[in-house]
Amino acid sequence: MTQDAQIMACEQFQARLPELIGSGENLASHPHLLGCPLCRALLADLETIAEAARQLFPVAEPPDDLWLQIESALQKEEAAPEGDPGSGA
Amino acid sequence: MAHSQLGPDSPEPSPRPLGEEAVPASPAAVTSPDASTEAALAELIQRVQSGDHQAFAQLYSLHKRRIYSLCLRMVGNVAEAEDLTQETFLQLHRKISTFRGDSSFSTWLHRLAINAVLMQLRKRGLSLISMDEAMEPDPDSGASRSFGERDLTLTGSIDRLALERAVHDLPAGYRLIFILHDVEGYEHPEIAAMLDCSVGNCKSQLHKARLRLRDALRSVPQQEARR
Repeated sequence: MTQDAQIMACEQFQARLPELIGSGENLASHPHLLGCPLCRALLADLETIAEAARQLFPVAEPPDDLWLQIESALQKEEAAPEGDPGSGA
Repeated sequence: MAHSQLGPDSPEPSPRPLGEEAVPASPAAVTSPDASTEAALAELIQRVQSGDHQAFAQLYSLHKRRIYSLCLRMVGNVAEAEDLTQETFLQLHRKISTFRGDSSFSTWLHRLAINAVLMQLRKRGLSLISMDEAMEPDPDSGASRSFGERDLTLTGSIDRLALERAVHDLPAGYRLIFILHDVEGYEHPEIAAMLDCSVGNCKSQLHKARLRLRDALRSVPQQEARR
């Protein structure tokens, strides 16, 4: 395959990649990937990023007094005239 | 390989367990609810809709961590994340009478949080401000594709701080989809419902976000080498 043809094949494959990935299809045996180390490397990188993302940003706990602030704001809203939701801050 | 790592999405929304945060309630008087079923959550919502303050406290306790975490991941600032969490639950209190159960409650609540986040980003003057704008495909904003580059692949492990920095530097729309899908684990149909966009658009935006991250992460060693 010429270099131009290879690039075109990569373009076509990568243009379809969002849909292929989203479909859940097992791409390991995709014909283009079998013969294209560049696209294999791309896919491996995307896998690495997706895997690393799961370790990111552990679920955080809001401070306990946030509920007190919300309660206080709700009481103000309920005491306010109809149609005036207050600042909401 | 991609099958397992990148995560297939089911064709239909799969509501996450409704008792998604089985954590002790922070309001002292609240007992831990058994909200692990849709029926239990539906009953809780009904109680809130009829003005039961204790039920609202339970609802807060069930969802506070996910909402706070989403806000924190999006704005990267504790004080702002607290404000956004508060605003989200105030909006929830104002609007819960309109919730009819047509979508999952979690999706609906996340949509409220996302709206609050996008409004906050608008105040900051960021260019990607509204839901529509955030989701608008931008032909100039995609990351470069990988044609003819042989030496710049990631090594299989990513520095966590570098990735967090790269995520933070993403445009807001990309960051939102990446966080919802790859960090929080929502599926494309759920995210599409939250953001009021097509599933195809959602997949495309996620892909662009990952490509941008890849570009950013591959440039890290080069930047460090130049120092």
